[in-house]
Amino acid sequence: MASPMRIRAAAKEGVTEVRVLMSHVMETGQRKDSSGALIPAHFITELTAKHNDKVVLSAEFGPSVSTNPYLAFKFNGGAKGDKVAVTWVDNKGETRTDEVQVS
Amino acid sequence: MRKQLIAAAIGAGVALASPAVFAQQDLNFDEYRAMLEDGNPAELYEMEGEELWKTARGPKNATLEQCDLGLGPGVVQGAAAQLPRYFADADKVQDLETRLMYCMEKQQGIDPAEIVNGKFLQGERRQMAALVAYVVGQSKGEKIAVDLSHPKMKEMYALGEQAFYYRTGAMDFACSSCHSQDGKRIRATQLPNITKPEGAAAGWGSWPAYRVSNSQFWTMQHRLWDCFRQQRTAEPIFASDVTIALSVFMAGKGNGAEAQWPGVKR
Ligand code: HEC
Repeated sequence: MASPMRIRAAAKEGVTEVRVLMSHVMETGQRKDSSGALIPAHFITELTAKHNDKVVLSAEFGPSVSTNPYLAFKFNGGAKGDKVAVTWVDNKGETRTDEVQVS
Repeated sequence: MRKQLIAAAIGAGVALASPAVFAQQDLNFDEYRAMLEDGNPAELYEMEGEELWKTARGPKNATLEQCDLGLGPGVVQGAAAQLPRYFADADKVQDLETRLMYCMEKQQGIDPAEIVNGKFLQGERRQMAALVAYVVGQSKGEKIAVDLSHPKMKEMYALGEQAFYYRTGAMDFACSSCHSQDGKRIRATQLPNITKPEGAAAGWGSWPAYRVSNSQFWTMQHRLWDCFRQQRTAEPIFASDVTIALSVFMAGKGNGAEAQWPGVKR
């Protein structure tokens, strides 16, 4: 059900920069629809990024993060052809993992 | 609430005999946009649209891969930069959305009425928006190159120009009331002067766009529909001649400038 992420990872001088665009509604649970009913909360709660099999970033997300979140970060190491995988989990237990090769 | 605020702002403008536009101040929206560009969520729609282009759908269970956007069946690269154009098979000038609707009907058997009578961001219009994102993404950085030589294109350009200056609606506004002066903005949005090539290119070449304020991707038909609403006049019919004519006018005036598709806006 969850749509794919757009991930870019580029290594330069021993540092890899990762840019991730996630497709998610990120509903806060505070908004009401046109009939006045509360729209149920639906947002990413956890995000993990791995370089090959090593976790390089783990983050807690919450309802204050925008729809379709964008995240950029750097980690030390990484070379062309290595794998970078990003996984998110949301409050409904839905999850999505996407993977790219470092360029 | 938001709607009321906008209405109040425009109402206040009328008292001064011009819409609520203010001289441009030190509002560095371009820098903000440059920061957004790096992660333009329109890319998510592009990915979805590319997938959709290759997906068999509709009563005929066919893909759009044989759709001719003007450069031959299946050619997407650079096609949007040359739209709208006159299509002999349809004997009509078509913009991107009208052409996609035509292909969806001919190749896939999807009833155009479903799109024309539908709502933005929903159903087949929602699907079409993703296709639009994909197609314009394949013209990013291309020069706008609309061929105005066909008599029907000339006709549409003239109609578009007329529509642009035509005052109507409760406030007696024309498009030109809000889009014919330099250096104006409304809230944080710069209003391009569409009567000049640079302004036409800025407007035409930066929509379809993702809007960060409401997390929505808007096509050009959607942009125009909203400007008719801002003009406080009748809602245009989706893909109607006047919408295509206005597009021909803007694209034609913007010819030669680089397209920034898909854009990212406040
Ligand atoms: C009452 C003022 C008003 C009128 C009348 C109006 N517009 Fe607009 N237009 C706006 C505003 C405000 C924006 C910016 C909207 C936004 O970003 O939310 C805009 C944006 C646009 C853009 C995109 C510009 C850019 O650089 O992002 C185009 C193109 C455009 N209008 C065309 C038209 C056309 C064609 C008409 C006539 C059918 C029209 N407008 C009538 C106020 C108006």
